[in-house]
Amino acid sequence: MKSQLPLFPESASSVAPQVDALFYAWTAVSIFFTALIAVLIIYFMARYRRRHEDEVGLPERAPVWLEIAWSVIPLLIALAMFAWGTQVFVQIYRPPADAVVYYGVGKQWMWKFQHPDGQREINTLHVPLGQAIQMKLTSEDVIHSFFVPAFRVKQDAVPGRYSSVWFRATRPGVYHLFCAEYCGGEHSRMIGSVVVLEPQQYEEWLAGGPAGQPLTASGAELFQQLTCQTCHGEGGSGAGMAGMAPRAPSLVGLYNRQVALADGRKVVADDSYIRESILNPMAKVTAGWQPIMPTFQGQVTEEQLTQLISYVKSLSGEGGAEAGGGTAEVGTAGGQMGTPAPQAGPQPQ
Amino acid sequence: MNTSATAESIVASPETGFERPNYLNAEYGLRSWLLTRDHKRIAILYLISVSAFFALGGLFAMLIRLELLTPEGDLMQPDTYNRVFTMHGVIMVFFFLIPAIPAVLGNFLVPIMIGARDLAFPRLNLASWYIYTLGGLFVLWAMVNGGVDTGWTFYTPYSTSFSNTHVVATALGVFITGFSTIFTGLNFVVTIHRMRAPGMTWFRLPLFIWSHYATSLIILLGTPVIAITLLLVAAERVLHLGIFDPRLGGDPVLFQHLFWFYSHPAVYIMILPSMGVISELVAAFSRKRVFGYKVVAFASIAIAVLGFLVWGHHMFVTGQSIYAATVFSVISMLVAIPSAVKVFNWTATLYEGSVSLQTPMLYALGFIGLFTLGGLTGTMVATLGIDVHLHDTYFIVAHFHYVMVGGTIMGYLGGLHYWWPKMTGRLYPAFLSRLSALLVFVGFNLTFFPQFILGYLGMPRRYWSYPEEFQVFNVLSSAGASVLGVGFILPLCYFIWSMRYGKRSGDNPWGAVGLEWDTPSPPPTENFYTVPVVTHGPYEYNTQEVHARTSHPEARVG
Amino acid sequence: MASTAFDTHLEGPHGAHGGHHHPSLQHQFDSLEQQKESSTLGMWMFLVTEIMFFGALFTAYVIYRSLFHGVFATASHHLDVTLGAINTAVLIGSSLTMALSIRAAQLNRRKTIVLFLLLTILLGGTFLGIKSVEYGHKFHDHLVPGPHFAPEDPAIQAVADKAQVFFSLYFIMTGIHALHMIIGIGLLTWLAIASWRGRFDSTYYTPLECTGLYWHFVDIVWIFLFPLLYLIGAHAR
Repeated sequence: MKSQLPLFPESASSVAPQVDALFYAWTAVSIFFTALIAVLIIYFMARYRRRHEDEVGLPERAPVWLEIAWSVIPLLIALAMFAWGTQVFVQIYRPPADAVVYYGVGKQWMWKFQHPDGQREINTLHVPLGQAIQMKLTSEDVIHSFFVPAFRVKQDAVPGRYSSVWFRATRPGVYHLFCAEYCGGEHSRMIGSVVVLEPQQYEEWLAGGPAGQPLTASGAELFQQLTCQTCHGEGGSGAGMAGMAPRAPSLVGLYNRQVALADGRKVVADDSYIRESILNPMAKVTAGWQPIMPTFQGQVTEEQLTQLISYVKSLSGEGGAEAGGGTAEVGTAGGQMGTPAPQAGPQPQ
Repeated sequence: MNTSATAESIVASPETGFERPNYLNAEYGLRSWLLTRDHKRIAILYLISVSAFFALGGLFAMLIRLELLTPEGDLMQPDTYNRVFTMHGVIMVFFFLIPAIPAVLGNFLVPIMIGARDLAFPRLNLASWYIYTLGGLFVLWAMVNGGVDTGWTFYTPYSTSFSNTHVVATALGVFITGFSTIFTGLNFVVTIHRMRAPGMTWFRLPLFIWSHYATSLIILLGTPVIAITLLLVAAERVLHLGIFDPRLGGDPVLFQHLFWFYSHPAVYIMILPSMGVISELVAAFSRKRVFGYKVVAFASIAIAVLGFLVWGHHMFVTGQSIYAATVFSVISMLVAIPSAVKVFNWTATLYEGSVSLQTPMLYALGFIGLFTLGGLTGTMVATLGIDVHLHDTYFIVAHFHYVMVGGTIMGYLGGLHYWWPKMTGRLYPAFLSRLSALLVFVGFNLTFFPQFILGYLGMPRRYWSYPEEFQVFNVLSSAGASVLGVGFILPLCYFIWSMRYGKRSGDNPWGAVGLEWDTPSPPPTENFYTVPVVTHGPYEYNTQEVHARTSHPEARVG
Repeated sequence: MASTAFDTHLEGPHGAHGGHHHPSLQHQFDSLEQQKESSTLGMWMFLVTEIMFFGALFTAYVIYRSLFHGVFATASHHLDVTLGAINTAVLIGSSLTMALSIRAAQLNRRKTIVLFLLLTILLGGTFLGIKSVEYGHKFHDHLVPGPHFAPEDPAIQAVADKAQVFFSLYFIMTGIHALHMIIGIGLLTWLAIASWRGRFDSTYYTPLECTGLYWHFVDIVWIFLFPLLYLIGAHAR
């Protein structure tokens, strides 16, 4: 409404009130100190105004207690805010156990979303009210950022890795989704919306749309299509084919487990690990196995990768979010994008 | 009549127009300026260059605010807008904010304030200006040929592999200009260490010197890192290497770490010299020693040191670990404290002072208020839980403009107004200068305060078009910008006017204490006729000396 | 017309030596000692900036080395350890000759200064010559990063993108180092000419000293570069 002058965004997620509380507290502190300094300056300005041309001020020794006081008090306030802010931050990035994983891929200049049951959306994301949702984000090209002001959450989508943030919508409605990391030409038009529906309506919406296949099912199909089972066994079991010795490690129970690599390192088999192993298998060869896995670079799109990852996750009995550490699973910076990325045109140097 | 406190100065009689020998009239001709080794002339050369770049950056700012008057993008194409805000940032950060105070006021005053004849390396100083100009030419060439659209932050892989603009030329321009800053910093450090006049111990140095010393430390340690980072970006772009592009095996976030490792300390390069100016102004216009001199001096060093440990607070939402984020957040809180202490100390200096509200003081007081709010909003966004929401929104834009414009530029203008009579021997119209200070203050707040609100509402930065509900505050902001623009243009006009028509100034128009006021306005080429011997600390005000200084009617400023 | 900048002599307490001004004393300094201390401090400050400059590159190297552990070792095998070792010895030798030229100045031996400076230049040139031979080999083996990167070693081909990062760092780091050497040789040439003209003696040799500092620094950078680039995984060759 044009007559309405908004001063604060809507509060539509479980974490929004906490962020707002922290913000109001800081605003109060800022206004207090700014006003204090302003009042003191104005008062001193008037009270000690120069009365004649040669007048000088009265030098005084700075009492130590005063210097200490106005160092320590601001420090304590700042540290208190820091502690509170860290607590809220941890809330924002540690998803609860019941969070459902959605995938988001940023691309110049649109968002592509995949629901766990396979529904795909572009720029608009429908979510059910009250459900904790973990957004796993990546990018196909440059760095983007997934930002929903009403939820008070934001996370950069970085190419070559997954990052995540979670939210639980608390109010039905349509909310702005912005890209918050400058990404070139149409950055300001990489706008979408998050549509929060009552659970009932959400089911209806799901049913109404083109029937999507759950990610894990798509992943299972892909697993067969790409003949992964010839080395990893049916269902990723690791059993050898046709009586031969197994040629690749089992994928059952692999997800989020620690893996010993041939070069002596130990890594956790998270989303990024699985993605890298598909695109660049020589990067991390499991100890005790031959480096014979071919690369699937150029043969799988980013969406197909998320489907395969979902499938591998399901082999560990995990369909939802992993506990702990919702921020980016770094450690793999390699691998090419699945989709042939748009090549930058002839560039003036 | 002898207005100067030093003996043997040649008397000027304004009525006859006989000018004393000074650095301005020592030699004439373009060659004498372009080949000068006199730090004062080099300061004037920088003044001209820096002002030109400021005008250019301001022009881009005007275009930004014009476009943002309406929610739709209707003034220019989005690609053009992206180039406009990038050029605004690159020019303002690298060609104005970083060099302005050190290269203009620092170059002019550092030797004089410590009682030396010149900086340690005068030829290096001149080379600094030429290097700055060369870097500027690269960037201007890029601008004229279509500009660059990566944002002044050059984030990868957009800058290395996707942008179709003149990234390499701009990056090289900034790279080259970095050496200009490095050489200036190097000059200051050696000069302050080795060329102080007899009796000028460290704790008798003016706070302006302390802050320039701290700034120079940051310059020496930080600038090389941005230099190599930009070189890597250029190399990656030209040779398709894989340092930062994940498609080629690189890590885009590594770029951010390298970039911010310099660019955070860089903001302290921008603010510390300004704080040094404010210390001088508050002391001079309260005719009183700065409250807690040693604390303020050490606070500058503390800011320089801690400033190197907080760069990750620009990257809270890139996906670094919660642990790392925590460390950067808490140290960011720590770095705020020395700045807060300075604000309190300056305010306390006014207590029982003899406060005069001449133009430089208006800027100083404006600085204290605006920097307080800017600094506090900085601690707000250093708070993890809030930064998730506020990062990359207009709140950040407002925050950094409060500290860089409300902070650095106010200090720069205040310093220019304070030392203008010393540098040029001329006075400027008091009414107009006070009016400008007021316009700058009001215009600035009107421009940037609404942006805090916009940021919390969720308006992202670097947006060419935006949702309708953000329009009202954008209009307020653009309106403020026009007022601010007038406030900036006025000094340009009356300063230039004063060079020819301004009243001549006495040696100490403000009745201030400091070695620079013990020498004529403008100073002779060798700065002093006799080398000063320092016997007391800075800011020692007593009535008789002030009386002697200001008794001549010429000396006083309205 | 008012006096120019350099005519006015100010007598400060630092004082001139017995009223006579050394021809090399610049006007802003009170004494040769102050000038020398300032120049040396200035060069040390400059070296601090160089440490940060190379430091950023070493940081990038350390990060990628830990991420791409095995690949870096494999790629490193393609560097010629023998030539690298020879270069290390050459450079260390050149630091010795540089120090000896300063010693000669202290002993007022004009021709010896020139001799050792020329030897330093020669050794520096040898380093650069060997370096260009190495670069030539890389070019020939298609190991130069960029559009023509085409390793023949299958172990490298499998991890081409990561190996390319290694070679990028190799070329950038040794390239910038070589650039510093070239600048150093330029400075040394100027110093050799000035020495021949009798500019330096035991009372004044500050430019030699400062250039010596610079040269030693460039040497030290190489001493870090050599093992980090050439010797990783050397035991597994």
